[in-house]
Amino acid sequence: MYSEKVMDHFNNPRNVGEIDNPSGVGTVGNAKCGDIMRMYLDIDDNGIIQEAKFKTFGCGAAVATSSMATELVKGKTVQEALQVTNKAVMEALDGLPPVKVHCSLLAEEAIHAALWDYAEKHNIKIEGLEKPVTDIGEKEEAVEEEY
Amino acid sequence: MSQLIYLDNAATTQVYPEVLDAMVPYFTEYYGNPSAIYTFAGNAKKAVDEARNILAEGIHAKPEEIYFTGGGSESDNWVLKATAEAYESKGKHIITTKIEHHAILHTAEYLEKKGFEVTYLDVDENGLVRLEDLKAAIRPDTILISVMAANNEIGTIEPLAEIGAIAKEKGILFHTDAVQAFGHIPIDVDAMNIDMLSASGHKVNGPKGIGLLYIRKGVKIRSFVHGGAQERQRRAGTHNVPGIVGFGKAAQLAFENMEKRSKYETELRDHLIERVLAEIPYSRLNGDRTKRLPNNANFCFRFIEGESMLILLDQNGICGSSGSACTSGSLDPSHVLLAIGLPHEIAHGSLRLTLSDKTTREEIDYTVDKLKTIIERLRSMSPLYEDFVKKQNQ
Repeated sequence: MYSEKVMDHFNNPRNVGEIDNPSGVGTVGNAKCGDIMRMYLDIDDNGIIQEAKFKTFGCGAAVATSSMATELVKGKTVQEALQVTNKAVMEALDGLPPVKVHCSLLAEEAIHAALWDYAEKHNIKIEGLEKPVTDIGEKEEAVEEEY
Repeated sequence: MSQLIYLDNAATTQVYPEVLDAMVPYFTEYYGNPSAIYTFAGNAKKAVDEARNILAEGIHAKPEEIYFTGGGSESDNWVLKATAEAYESKGKHIITTKIEHHAILHTAEYLEKKGFEVTYLDVDENGLVRLEDLKAAIRPDTILISVMAANNEIGTIEPLAEIGAIAKEKGILFHTDAVQAFGHIPIDVDAMNIDMLSASGHKVNGPKGIGLLYIRKGVKIRSFVHGGAQERQRRAGTHNVPGIVGFGKAAQLAFENMEKRSKYETELRDHLIERVLAEIPYSRLNGDRTKRLPNNANFCFRFIEGESMLILLDQNGICGSSGSACTSGSLDPSHVLLAIGLPHEIAHGSLRLTLSDKTTREEIDYTVDKLKTIIERLRSMSPLYEDFVKKQNQ
């Protein structure tokens, strides 16, 4: 059901991990629906994304879109990174099955969330960036239930 | 290790070679229509009768109480819709459970739209129906109780005899969807007071596209598929003779070997469960520890999602299934796992492994070994695990 590119990014995900003291970090998604993405960005003084890392809880497509999203934003300016849309992520992966399109939306959202965090931390306004919908509030309590 | 480790026998099973051998002549040699009058069709008719006898005997029914259908879903649809229609004048209330197969649940929802009332019983944390809940749900206008014999996801075996006794005492019809249980565990329609029962061929090493509905003599439900006079005018359509023969042969083998097979699968299943729970942290078993199908194991692994796990298992030649949303095509994980009280995020990380009598201990050990690596890998990239570890270290 997945393209070769999706399988490649699922099997060999690029940029998995965390960044210590990131310029920006954002977490989007909802464990209830089965997808959570966290993206870390390291942005230099010239506003260029030097490093991007991710962690994802989710299906094959969720992992692949996160991986591709980090690849696409690396080396780009903040403004250029804003142009990395869900469509761009999907195209770069040679498409996704219709039921998995929301994963690419989540990837786009993760980029925006990390950029929003960067903007807030640095007290700047990024033209064209709106506060992303981060929807992970419900997870905290329930997941701690005893086994 | 063989190239394929098939651990999805609750989804479907291999057609046994003996079953296929029994079927083949009814495609090529005795292809006559059993409804025809000439001698040539006699062989086909005889084969259908023999299969019917075997299937009836296996559940202590009479041959004339067995009706062949196109499969388990048809049987479930037929029984619910036809019972509702036939007993509408007595009442419009039906009782079932929250953990039924969708063939029952979606048919019940359809009946609700047609003006029937349905009570969906909760189950306990192991997936068992509580008898006191059932008793409390019964009303003067209740016409049918439909409770599955064993759950297809978590393998829990429901207390059929106790439910049957309650239904009988109250004069309410009792149907059981036995698609997963038929041929795997003993079922006695008389001793358990079962009035109707659905079963399917391909879950017991028979062919796909053949099922049955047992209808106790005297239960007045009518035809669902209209047409010819087959099946005592209750199910039209030319008999699927090879399918019926295959179902009969498969059932014969299943009933003959049930004790031996059940013992073998139970031991192997317990080995699988013990290893997983002991060797994989933050794992749990879903369903009842002992009141479960001999071949069913169902786990949840925290912090990871089921589909990723299935893809990685597949890459190691292992076939399993999951109740995660991503495998269901909706945003919600399995309704069964939610019904036993699991939070969504844990239900997303479920894995069902269902064995057969051909599964070996080596295959199980190989699967657990691979599973450990896969889960470790997925956890290493899970933000939920990252948060959990950070919290632990605080």
